Amino acid sequence: MTASKPAGPAAAPGLDLDRAWTLHPQVSVRPEPFGALLYHFGTRQLSFLKDRRLLDVVSALSSASTARAACAAAGLRAEELPRYATALATLARSSMLVEPAPSTNRTVAS
Amino acid sequence: MTANSLMDAPGMTGVTSAAETTGAATRAPARLVDLFEQGLNSPICLTWELTYACNLSCAHCLSSSGRRDPRELTTAEAKAVIDELEAMQVFYVNIGGGEPTIRPDFFELLDYATEHHVGVKFSTNGVRLTPEIARRLAANDYVDVQLSLDGATAEVNDAVRGAGSYDTALRAAANLAEAGMKNFKISVVCTRHNIPQLDDFKALADRYGAQLRLTRLRPSGRGADVWDELHPLPGQQRELYDWLTANGDQVLTGDSFFHLSAFGAPLPGLNLCGAGRVVCLIDPVGDVYACPFAIHDEFLAGNVRSPGGFAEVWRDSSLFRRLREPQQGGACTSCSFYDSCKGGCMAAKFFTGLPLDGPDPECVQGHAESLLDARREVPKPSGDHSHSRTRRTGAVPVSLTRRRTDEVRRPPVSACDESPLAGFPRT
Repeated sequence: MTASKPAGPAAAPGLDLDRAWTLHPQVSVRPEPFGALLYHFGTRQLSFLKDRRLLDVVSALSSASTARAACAAAGLRAEELPRYATALATLARSSMLVEPAPSTNRTVAS
Repeated sequence: MTANSLMDAPGMTGVTSAAETTGAATRAPARLVDLFEQGLNSPICLTWELTYACNLSCAHCLSSSGRRDPRELTTAEAKAVIDELEAMQVFYVNIGGGEPTIRPDFFELLDYATEHHVGVKFSTNGVRLTPEIARRLAANDYVDVQLSLDGATAEVNDAVRGAGSYDTALRAAANLAEAGMKNFKISVVCTRHNIPQLDDFKALADRYGAQLRLTRLRPSGRGADVWDELHPLPGQQRELYDWLTANGDQVLTGDSFFHLSAFGAPLPGLNLCGAGRVVCLIDPVGDVYACPFAIHDEFLAGNVRSPGGFAEVWRDSSLFRRLREPQQGGACTSCSFYDSCKGGCMAAKFFTGLPLDGPDPECVQGHAESLLDARREVPKPSGDHSHSRTRRTGAVPVSLTRRRTDEVRRPPVSACDESPLAGFPRT
């Protein structure tokens, strides 16, 4: 398991912060003392947010016009943005985060 | 019936990547293992044995199933548990038994759970998976099926699970595949007889578009009776570890082989005993145990029928609070592999009579061998629901007597005869 190795910016490019992102409609979020658990009912994957502020960012995504705005709403400072962009990019790669479709096509009721 | 076990790898890849990333977002990246040791608001992996009733009598059944317990949760009570799980945001439950599909309300409960955002993965021997049922299951995105099979051939499987059980399972697999059910699980408990069949299992799963899942044989339930004869031999442990290292990304393990991590590189997964921290079991009568392999009073945390329900048991039971405290390595602390195996499986130690702070009975460094040789008393599971034929240990002593022929000639004693000595020869 490689979980204990922090990913450097070189390992994974950050998310495009100037676009709108949202949680996949099949993803459930459960706050936990250490951060949160995310479960994707479509891929049956579980992900962990090991940071409460990252949870704040993720929660703010759907009502923000861009990911950058969501970060600002969560109170992140400019120098923190690259690290959080990397974290969000990983969530996007596993389809936890998606770009909102023009017509929201919900495959499963939730 | 087989186990639903700890954490399954759906998510294990997700865990790794997201943990890595989000770890980078924290000041001091903590390992997930360390975070989980303090427990969670709700379990990640909840096993719910719906019934002890089973059409089979598998030799290694971890819940000693066979006969239905008359105190079983009613449909209404089971739905109330599902309501609680929904409120606690338990994403999915692993339903097992017994054979859960035997419950007349099984499909009602399954639909109720998925309508309430609680996904269901259920373990079955396949007895009820007709083509029609298979189509119904395939149509529900929130359902996953785990078919138990403990041999890649009928000979190896049926020796443990009973005559005809191989054919039943494969017929069910064919029905699921035909119905378009993708990636259902073929779940194997690894024994010394099927370790040589690992490649065959993989091929078999591929043939049905299924995913292979391998789990560890625990000395729990009736498993305690056969563990000595069935658990993989030391050389086979290595074979299994090497096989998992080579194929680990394609098979699920329920995170159950973390004791093998002491061979070298850790296997994918949490490598942590999740009992009471991320995992627990609800049994058919509503008792909540620390894990599916620990059905014993020692690991009983409470009952869902109590006023606070399941949530209170999970959050406040003194047993679970104790399990969430940092564990002492005991005799294992001095071992250089302690950090990778964490002393192994609590239930395996308990039911083989080993101290809980010592090595796993299958410690791959061999630290348990002398302890196993010296063991005297082994705890028995708290409940035995075996069919009466399953657990007969020997001949039942019955003394036969024969009446003397002169007595036989006498008329039979009337049922109305009030004499206390009726039927006895007069002296």
